[in-house]
Amino acid sequence: MEELSPFVIFFASIFTSNILLTNFLGMCSYLSVSRELKTAWGLGLAVIFVLTCTSAVNYWLYYYLLVPQGLEYLQYIAFIIVIAAFVQVVEMIVDRVSDRLYAALGIFLPLITVNCAILGGSLFMVIRKYDFVQSLMFGAGSGIGWALAIMALAGIRRKMSRRSAVIPALEGPGIVLIITGIIALGFIGFSGVVQIN
Amino acid sequence: MGVSPKKIALDGIWNNNPIFRQVLGICSTLAVTNLVTNTLVMCIGLIYTQAMSSLTASSLRTITPYRLRIISSTLIIAAYVIVLHNVLQAYFPEISTQLGPYVGLIITNCIILGRVEAFAGNNPPIPSFLDGLASGVGYSFILLAIAVVREGLGFGTIMGYQLPFEFTHWTIMVMAPGAFFMLGIITWLCRWLDARAEAAAAASKK
Repeated sequence: MEELSPFVIFFASIFTSNILLTNFLGMCSYLSVSRELKTAWGLGLAVIFVLTCTSAVNYWLYYYLLVPQGLEYLQYIAFIIVIAAFVQVVEMIVDRVSDRLYAALGIFLPLITVNCAILGGSLFMVIRKYDFVQSLMFGAGSGIGWALAIMALAGIRRKMSRRSAVIPALEGPGIVLIITGIIALGFIGFSGVVQIN
Repeated sequence: MGVSPKKIALDGIWNNNPIFRQVLGICSTLAVTNLVTNTLVMCIGLIYTQAMSSLTASSLRTITPYRLRIISSTLIIAAYVIVLHNVLQAYFPEISTQLGPYVGLIITNCIILGRVEAFAGNNPPIPSFLDGLASGVGYSFILLAIAVVREGLGFGTIMGYQLPFEFTHWTIMVMAPGAFFMLGIITWLCRWLDARAEAAAAASKK
């Protein structure tokens, strides 16, 4: 894994190994918050930011605290606490510093704690044995990839709600999953450009 | 005790099915549905985590401060997942490597936290345990159905055993889009069945 350039990881995690479309992480908020382009954009931004930062924090925590103490088995608890605490702190800071930013991101932050993409990012980082820069790039890339996917879906759903009639039983989650399948098919077109796994 | 065990079981398995009713918690488990064996292990793990977390959270519900509910539920779930992870690593090391991070991701599986919040938070331990069990089973049978189709069409095998006839394998089924399509189709099918049953019930009332 050492020989992978951080930039390769960055691109691969956006396109070829998109965290949502190939690893199914972050599906819950993806399905429920994709009705409008604007909210999808807000949540996407929040995910990019939190995913990048928690990858970095969890990297330090894992390699400088858990590994030397032989406590690797506590990684799940440690990571989830870091994520929850980080989200809380960011929420408080954003609230104090900027009203506009809080209005844009505020309501999405609590949702992020239970977004599997965030915890998944940290776990992949440990399993694939990335170094610090690689982890950072992987976190940022995954976040951007996730945001890209949710915005694509939100755009399609907006058009769809205006123009088309869907079979009643397929409405809602059914049609959204099938659209996601088609988006994922499109992203398979990128495979082979760069590869990480 | 208000709710009868039978109603809890029915609600969890069909009426309030986590997947096609609430569409929650598909993240961590959908990824492993291209092999039936992996799905089975994952589902057993999920049922265990769900039932035990509901039981524990419900037993502690009177002494948990209101503001700390979410974080304490998360920690309870994480503790059970760590046990699960260690058991898998010790007894099924191969499957554990294949499942990779997805065992850990059970922690952020929305449906577990959702059931713990919605049911275990204000019900006694035994019904909560049953509720966890039922929604785990409701969740598992859909995923197993998806896994059987995906492995059957994609690899031509079920649980590693060759199917008795030969055909061109649908490679797309083992890849990610296959999972999305299958889940979409199953959601559609179940909702359609439900709508038909409702229509029949409405017609018989008249």
